[in-house]
Amino acid sequence: MSQATELRIDDIAPPAPGYWATAMRKLRRDGAAMTALTTLIVIILLCAAAPLYARDIAHTNPFESNLSGTVLRHGKMVEVLGAAHNPLRLGVEPIGPSWKLGPYMLGADGQGRDVAARMLYGGRNSLLVSFAAAVICLVLAALTGILAGFFGGWTDRAISWLLDALWAFPVFLLAISLSVVLIAHGIDIGPIRLDASSLALPITIIGVIYVPYVARPVRGLVLGLRQSEYVLAAIGIGAPSWRILWFDILPNVISSLVVFAPLIVALDMLTEAALSFLSIGVQPPAASWGTIIHNGESLIYTRPIVAIAPGLAIVITVLALNILGDGLRDALDPRAKLRN
Amino acid sequence: MAGTVLRRLAHMIAVLFGISVLVFLIFFATPGANPAARIAGKDASPQTIARVEKQFGLNRPLPVQYALMMKKLFVTRNLTSFVNLGEKVVPQVFKAAPVTLSLVSGAAVIWIGFAILIGALAAAFRGGWIDRLLMVLSLIGISMPVFWVGTMANLITQGAYHHTWLFSWVPPLGYIPFSRSPLGWFKALVIPWITLAILYIGLYARVLRAALIETMQEDFIRTARAKGLSERQVLLRHALRCSLVSVVTLFGLDFGVLVGGGALLTEVVFGLQGVGYLTYQALETLDLPMIMATVIYASVFVVVSNAAVDIVYAAFDPRMRVRR
Repeated sequence: MSQATELRIDDIAPPAPGYWATAMRKLRRDGAAMTALTTLIVIILLCAAAPLYARDIAHTNPFESNLSGTVLRHGKMVEVLGAAHNPLRLGVEPIGPSWKLGPYMLGADGQGRDVAARMLYGGRNSLLVSFAAAVICLVLAALTGILAGFFGGWTDRAISWLLDALWAFPVFLLAISLSVVLIAHGIDIGPIRLDASSLALPITIIGVIYVPYVARPVRGLVLGLRQSEYVLAAIGIGAPSWRILWFDILPNVISSLVVFAPLIVALDMLTEAALSFLSIGVQPPAASWGTIIHNGESLIYTRPIVAIAPGLAIVITVLALNILGDGLRDALDPRAKLRN
Repeated sequence: MAGTVLRRLAHMIAVLFGISVLVFLIFFATPGANPAARIAGKDASPQTIARVEKQFGLNRPLPVQYALMMKKLFVTRNLTSFVNLGEKVVPQVFKAAPVTLSLVSGAAVIWIGFAILIGALAAAFRGGWIDRLLMVLSLIGISMPVFWVGTMANLITQGAYHHTWLFSWVPPLGYIPFSRSPLGWFKALVIPWITLAILYIGLYARVLRAALIETMQEDFIRTARAKGLSERQVLLRHALRCSLVSVVTLFGLDFGVLVGGGALLTEVVFGLQGVGYLTYQALETLDLPMIMATVIYASVFVVVSNAAVDIVYAAFDPRMRVRR
């Protein structure tokens, strides 16, 4: 009896790793991008642990002012808001940083609140706003870009006109205008109700203003795909539009969206910080890194750490996002360009 | 060429019209925005609100309100502030414009100079440690919030180190007009210039490096090398000139946005009373006509500079012209 072994094609030429597997392997070899990703994950975990920090280490409620409290420092009780060191003893001076894990590690702000605990809570909001806004932006941009690029004609003309109008508007002023009007009253359109102090407001505003940045390159990409042979073939054999969009167009667009995602989150974070700094972003008593810098401005010459620390947090996070974005671009789509 | 210019101008006017309508709708027709209640103040009686509505023409149909507002903004230029009654808005914007222009032009000189230097160096030493170091610095530059950089600059130059020899020349925050003291103007603006320029140095250096590296693969570069030019001459005389196109496009857009109020944060941090600062003050008092005036004038700057970039482009590159 002969032992006939079946020879399969896989034994001769194992299947080539797919597009995503190749990209992931490239990304894993990119030291800078992996460092950035690790940094981001650490920052997210730290901010997620904010309530734990406030309860077990800082022993304070970071949303309540603590005007007459005292704290143990170098073996004696010190006032959290001491008298200022000017000749007239006017005003108060918040306690400085102890640089040790514990209450008031980074000192207090003008209302006697623990800066370190507020940083962590603020980071939650900063991260939440920028990630949620980026999701809104990418979804809207993919939708409009794909529809405009695929269907052409009037759909394209209408969407492109809308995008062009948004595009021509100075993006920062658009954000300011929308925020000013909406922060005062909230949104109340039929079923959609957003409270003025809700985080959903800055999320929506920041999410919408950057849509053209992504939608325009997506539209260009889809315009090209629309003429590619396999899409023409699919149309030729009578595949329905939804099938072509879902199986042929979307997978190609996704890689661009993945490349844009960290860059948009970074942009969103800077925008959120700027709006909050102008006090039209995240509303008190909630905090974000931008609002803490805003609070720290008035203490800048006495307790600079209040403004320095959240700024550093923003720089590190945004830098990590930008490095990750560069890494993803090199791995997935070296020619992808935002703002095109 | 004339056709291109005309068509571009027509497009510009259409966009400006669209923006003005959009701004007007945001401020006067957003559900819940209710400008009359805002002018009348908190807890105003319905009678007061009705009186305010009548006084400011807010009870008329929206298109009429829009037309009135545009007339007051651009034709008669006598739109008055809702907060400081009697104060005219448009002259204030024009008074603030030189401050913003001084800030942005100075910063532009710095950022273009440094971006070209850094971009060219990085491309010349591509892959080496100089390239890597410069690109990391550029990336840090674009990752910093400008208002925070400004605050830090103030902390250093106005606070702790103000009395050392290094920063004792820095005048107190604020603007000094060029006509009063050119040296004072320069001293007052140096730190704001650098602060504003940092982001754009990083942005442009990265763009320029990428463009240079792409250009260096072109055929004409090979020709230049083949005829015996040194690598430095190839880079500076041939590749750089071609790569600057991408920077010029960006520059037109960014300059317009900044002059139109994009420099708001820098102006606020350094107490420079420019157009952005006006917007900021109006924000604090919710002075709608003031915000609207600054935003619309800002968009005019942006749209006009966009059109200028396109026309300059078409003048340089016949392929960009509209074909008949």
